Amino acid sequence: MKDMWTAIPARGRVILLVLLAALLVAPAALDRYFMSVLILIFYFAFVGQAWNIMMGYAGQLSLGHALYAGLGGYVAALLWFYFGIGPWIGVFAGVAVAAAFGAVIGWLGFRFGIEGVYFALLTIAFAEFTRIAFDNMSFTGGPGGLFLLYEEQRTHEWWNLRGGPLLFYYLGLALAAGGALLTAWLARSRLGYQWLAVREDQEAALSLGVGAFRAKMIAVLISASMTAIGGVFLAFYYNSLFPAQAFDIGRSIEIILAPVIGGLGTIFGPIVGAFILTPLGEALIALTAKFGVDLPGTKAVFYGLTLMIIITLRPDGVWPWLKRLLGLEPKS
Amino acid sequence: MNLAIVLNVVIQGVLTGLMYGLMALGLSVIFGVVRVVNFAHGEFAVVAMYATYLLFVGLGLDPLISLLPIALAFFAIGYFLQITLVNRFVGRSEHEQFILLVGLAIIIVNGLLMIFGPDARPTNLPYSLDSFEIGPLFIDTARVYSAVAALLVSAALFAFFRYTTTGTAIRACADNLTGAGVVGLNVKRLYAVTFGIGLACVGAAGSLMVTIADASPSLAQSFTLLAFTIVIIGGLGSMTGALVGGVLIGVSEAMASFFFAPSMKSMFSFALLVAVLVLRPQGLMGRRA
Amino acid sequence: MSALLKVDGISKRFRGLLAVDRLSFEVPQGGIFAVIGPNGAGKTTLFNMIAGVFAPDGGAITFAGERIDGLKPDKICQRGIGRTYQIVRPFPALSVEDNVIVGALLHRHHVSDARAHAQDVLRRLDLYDKRAQRASSLTLPDRKRLEVARALATDPKLLLLDEVMAGLRPTEMDRIVSILQELNRETGLTILLIEHVMRAVMALAGQILVLHHGASIAQGSPQQVVRDPAVIHSYLGAEDVA
Repeated sequence: MKDMWTAIPARGRVILLVLLAALLVAPAALDRYFMSVLILIFYFAFVGQAWNIMMGYAGQLSLGHALYAGLGGYVAALLWFYFGIGPWIGVFAGVAVAAAFGAVIGWLGFRFGIEGVYFALLTIAFAEFTRIAFDNMSFTGGPGGLFLLYEEQRTHEWWNLRGGPLLFYYLGLALAAGGALLTAWLARSRLGYQWLAVREDQEAALSLGVGAFRAKMIAVLISASMTAIGGVFLAFYYNSLFPAQAFDIGRSIEIILAPVIGGLGTIFGPIVGAFILTPLGEALIALTAKFGVDLPGTKAVFYGLTLMIIITLRPDGVWPWLKRLLGLEPKS
Repeated sequence: MNLAIVLNVVIQGVLTGLMYGLMALGLSVIFGVVRVVNFAHGEFAVVAMYATYLLFVGLGLDPLISLLPIALAFFAIGYFLQITLVNRFVGRSEHEQFILLVGLAIIIVNGLLMIFGPDARPTNLPYSLDSFEIGPLFIDTARVYSAVAALLVSAALFAFFRYTTTGTAIRACADNLTGAGVVGLNVKRLYAVTFGIGLACVGAAGSLMVTIADASPSLAQSFTLLAFTIVIIGGLGSMTGALVGGVLIGVSEAMASFFFAPSMKSMFSFALLVAVLVLRPQGLMGRRA
Repeated sequence: MSALLKVDGISKRFRGLLAVDRLSFEVPQGGIFAVIGPNGAGKTTLFNMIAGVFAPDGGAITFAGERIDGLKPDKICQRGIGRTYQIVRPFPALSVEDNVIVGALLHRHHVSDARAHAQDVLRRLDLYDKRAQRASSLTLPDRKRLEVARALATDPKLLLLDEVMAGLRPTEMDRIVSILQELNRETGLTILLIEHVMRAVMALAGQILVLHHGASIAQGSPQQVVRDPAVIHSYLGAEDVA
């Protein structure tokens, strides 16, 4: 743990501490709108980190991550809705279900050698399958959605994740920071090296005795579990769930935006990506609204354009470049 | 259960499936040769649907006629896109190609949303409601025309790859890239032609698709997944496989809609996809790598 | 000397073509054993069967007294066989040191231990000064050495070297030859190598097997083999023996 900290150059440590301190005290100065933007940033940084483990480290292209977020959210929400079981307990059930799905997808994919685009389609197939299934089930609310009651008098029950922006702000911050810490720790572990080896060249990794199947299975389990936690967070933040949103491939793509833009296979990539994309998207909406234009799809077009530009010109993402710019490259 | 009803459903599925097959053919050709996964495939199909709709509303052109200029325009778009953008991604990792085309797909679908709004635009052909009656069978006229057109376009494509020099050269590229470069084929141009052909297929298929669905941005994603499902089931790179896969999925969708619920039709396609990925990854008609 | 690796009548057929035909030989513990032969003789196929890339169609491979034919590559490596690839395959985006750490982690659970071991190996192979470079930035001779370093870091009992000399200049070759001799002498490492460069083979090998069309046509000490008429006829005749 300690060498994770010392591995960061001194200037980086200062920047990190200042930013963290600023984020900790920020709610005192921010209005509701800016809080909501930051909450979204934290969410995307966290689930982006989850996807980063899978793709950036273990090299497995999953495009169905909405499945895990949706399952986590639905399971916890249903437990709360029907049995009054709070999300702090419900999250375990949500994670268990999502991890079980991850295990099935991983087992099928890795055991039968389904790789690359084929693996991506396998993950999409599962997410779409689940979306349609949820659309056709009545106890989940079907296509009409599942709504969690927002009761004014219960906004202080943090133990039930019923609360205002402040609760979700600090919870989101904790998730984003915790996710980054976990990833940093994993990346420096034996498992982390095995992931990188599998990502770079699976056959060569096998010939060095790396148990590729096991390493990839652990990656999908961790990634699915983290994403499910993010899903619970989002479900209780928005208080509503629709299959057409929760399991949509669009939701999966949202999850991959931040790590791709920020930089795959880096700890700070997903965080940087989330901090760039979400505010820019919001600013764009505000700007177009100011000119009296209100076209649905504007933000998405902007995201699409950003994706294309970044992947064409800077396929390693923004972070490696930003790191050099800030002089944070460790001296070699 | 009345056999005639089932037969009706199957025939309807086969006819729809031929259009699906043509769309998937475009995807298969692009992947088989350029080795790039066109994740914006369904989006292009929907653009073609809107173009067909506009030509119909504006000039009264029948989709079976506007198919030709649209296919031609899509060829040009594909050629240009490959030369300017996609070619930089040939040989790069799959996730980078994928992200490029997902970005393009997002732009197309939301661009359509900004221009046309979320409401579906129907193309009301004068023969939309006509049908051929053969004994107990009722077969939609529009669907028959479209399916025949899809078959003709596919046949033209088969002929192109078999009998023309360019077609043969493209097949050589697909089989042995280094070899193709060594014997002096202009691989970059052939790739552009291939991407153009792929988009021409999806453009033609999109034109025909207005006879069975109303143009809407929300169709795009499901078309992309549909095309991928078909191509994988049929076998990536196999042209016959794409058509067979299209028909298979068309029938499976029609049956699922009829016996279960229309909203559940793609569940069966996805189940089929997973089964094929696990049990026969080279697809039904594909060669084992 | 007892046999560390025993290959007993293995065969492999690809689409009707017999790549390896009932081949048998034994690699003694602590020895350096070379397999030579013209291109297409089945040398790499033989390696791939030993390393577990695919199983032989028939016959048995025994390593340290246990059957290993049919085991997967990771299991083979865990048993103590390290290999290099003829066409090197380093992990391109990782540093030289991290490449070797992956190997060192096979029998070490802490990255710090693995790093220390990796650095020892890198020193031995003259790569220590380049340890922070990305593997993709190395020159071919360095990549070849990295390939050996990575395999060595797994602490193998047997090292399979697939044409590590190809493409090297004579001085670079001599350096690798002396590194391998040192390893063999100091650590008792057993080496099985495929090699085209006769100079290196003559310098290193205690025993040579000549493979032709998947079958052994001669086997023995280097001096015996180079005088064998069958070998001269089918293989050496066209090459520079010196």
